[in-house]
Amino acid sequence: MAVSRSDRALKSAVAPNASGAAAPSPATAGRLLEVEHLEVAFQVGASTVHAVNDVSFGIAEGRTLGIIGESGSGKSVTARTILGLLRASNVRVGGSIRFDGTELLGLSERRLSELRGSQIALVPQDPTRSLNPTVQIGKQIVEAIRLHEAVPREAAKRRAIDLLGRVRLPSPNQRFFEYPHQLSGGMRQRAVIAMALSCSPRLLIADEATTALDVTTQAQIMELLMDLQRDFNMAMLVISHDIAIAAAYTDEVAVMYAGRVVEHAPTGRLLEGVRMPYTQALLEAVPTIDRAPHAPLRVVPGVPPDPTHAIVGCAFAKRCPLVQEICTTETPALLEHLPLHSWACFVSGPEVAVERR
Amino acid sequence: MSVTTASVTPASANGETLLEVRDLTQEFYVRPRPGVLGGVVHAVSEVSLSLGAGEALGVVGETGCGKSTLARSILQMPRPKSGEVRFHGTDLVSLRPKELREARRRMQVVFQDPFSSLDPKMRVADIVQEPLVGRMGKDERAERAEHMLNVVGLTPSRFADRRPRQLSGGQCQRVAIARALSVGPDLVVCDEPVSSLDVLVQAQILNLLEELRTELHIAYLFISHDLAVVKQVSDRVAVMYLGRICEVAPTARLFDEPLHPYTAALLDANPSVHARKGSGARPATITGEPPSAVNPPSGCRFRTRCPLAQERCAAETPLLREIAAGRQVACHFPLGS
Repeated sequence: MAVSRSDRALKSAVAPNASGAAAPSPATAGRLLEVEHLEVAFQVGASTVHAVNDVSFGIAEGRTLGIIGESGSGKSVTARTILGLLRASNVRVGGSIRFDGTELLGLSERRLSELRGSQIALVPQDPTRSLNPTVQIGKQIVEAIRLHEAVPREAAKRRAIDLLGRVRLPSPNQRFFEYPHQLSGGMRQRAVIAMALSCSPRLLIADEATTALDVTTQAQIMELLMDLQRDFNMAMLVISHDIAIAAAYTDEVAVMYAGRVVEHAPTGRLLEGVRMPYTQALLEAVPTIDRAPHAPLRVVPGVPPDPTHAIVGCAFAKRCPLVQEICTTETPALLEHLPLHSWACFVSGPEVAVERR
Repeated sequence: MSVTTASVTPASANGETLLEVRDLTQEFYVRPRPGVLGGVVHAVSEVSLSLGAGEALGVVGETGCGKSTLARSILQMPRPKSGEVRFHGTDLVSLRPKELREARRRMQVVFQDPFSSLDPKMRVADIVQEPLVGRMGKDERAERAEHMLNVVGLTPSRFADRRPRQLSGGQCQRVAIARALSVGPDLVVCDEPVSSLDVLVQAQILNLLEELRTELHIAYLFISHDLAVVKQVSDRVAVMYLGRICEVAPTARLFDEPLHPYTAALLDANPSVHARKGSGARPATITGEPPSAVNPPSGCRFRTRCPLAQERCAAETPLLREIAAGRQVACHFPLGS
């Protein structure tokens, strides 16, 4: 840690950024999920969309990592790649995703679908689209249980009712026989969570799980997920565009921009001392209930770069208030400048946090 | 059946009342079918509020609380079941369609979904000048459209000939705002105008709305489910729950010191960057979900979820009453009293 700021900038500038040379994000070793140097690219017609570039992180059991970013930042693609849902012929995936020591990339579809649901589960954004509208919700949960475990129908049914109770769906015995359209959005999301938990997964991925819900329902669902995480000692990956969700419910946060992790730190440390100008921009652009009415929001101009073009230099350089010459020619690596706190920036150093208002 | 409540004049700069809504009620009939409770949906019940010239009134509430229906009833699309909507002193409810069209020119709307509220086949410049057709000549219209595009930060030379599909969400919303402002309205109803936008774009649009209001002296009726966004843009805030207004107050005071238990619950549920995991300051939760608007609870509609509910709350509907300067609350037992 004794390397001075300019040395570091120089080092990262000299190091080829893409493959092996990028620094690992805070200690990826010994965790349930370890993602290293993940690359995902889509071939769309004649152009290639570089959706995820050199992303590394890990999650330990019982811990929650939040990935935040705007649409198109690659956060959902990262989640889908972990679940092995991106297997079309036009998708190129590189790097490594290890789950409990098993490499998931290149795993057969059969092995993967064994893991999915039983070990790794997903709570997606839209509960309506993840439930079959013509099947009773209880039956859908029974199906999920019996797909992964050889359990008699009656036992599976008892477990499904128990699960519906655990996700605090009122009167689970009766709800078991109801169809998705008979439930409200919040109740549907509870049913989806019950299904996700049906085989006691060790990793739960919540991809914008509360974005479609009202604020009071959102608080209920997030509280529920936190309680269930404690009961099951699950690792959780919370994907959200909402920095307040990450602040309230995660242990660590990784901020993504244009397919890269640009800052990664324990949640408290990140919020107390933001270093990457993009994270700062995100924080300042969000209206919060703690700010005075009508206080102008600090905005950064422009839009995220076009993912079909190879980005030269820092992807945020064109919009960054602190931009220097080096930012437009070299890509800053994600380096652990402070213990557990990594960021990818040539300008912002370990000494000073970016000014907070 | 209508309960009249004293409508309070807003704390507007010059005191001139632009919009006055009295006992506005909107109901819909829903046919019963499997899984759907049929009957009369009490979407908006006896809502009274007023809005001064150049004032921004935020309306906040959860899905299904009637905030969008309230906005649409004010715009007379469709016409409300009962009540009065006075705009510049004229009651819109009693106007004939032709007169209504004329009166409504001074009120415009910006919707949530920027893509579906723009005609995909039209050029941006034509979209912006469409409300002016029949009101001014072609050249004048084109000039006006160019001016409006400049006002919302879209360079006419780059954007005038584009179609909506060639624009980003934020740019589409700018076009929608330019269209709304082209006729020089006094009131713009903004129905969740930034809810589908990314954070950084949302900030750009919120700042733009703020600038336009100060420059052009427009009033906003700003509908949103997002408390923080409402706090950002509003001078006063009305909180809705299940078709009724719970509380109206100047923005800062509502957030600092909510009087209605529902307002307090909403504020508690809102995640904030200051409420951190393990810090004990995580959002508090109220239990349950709003009851059906087909069969709302008697008395105070929030009583079934209210931690302070008493017998009186079931028996007697609390009226929206002024309990301090500019502060109205519909609760028998307001907080802090």
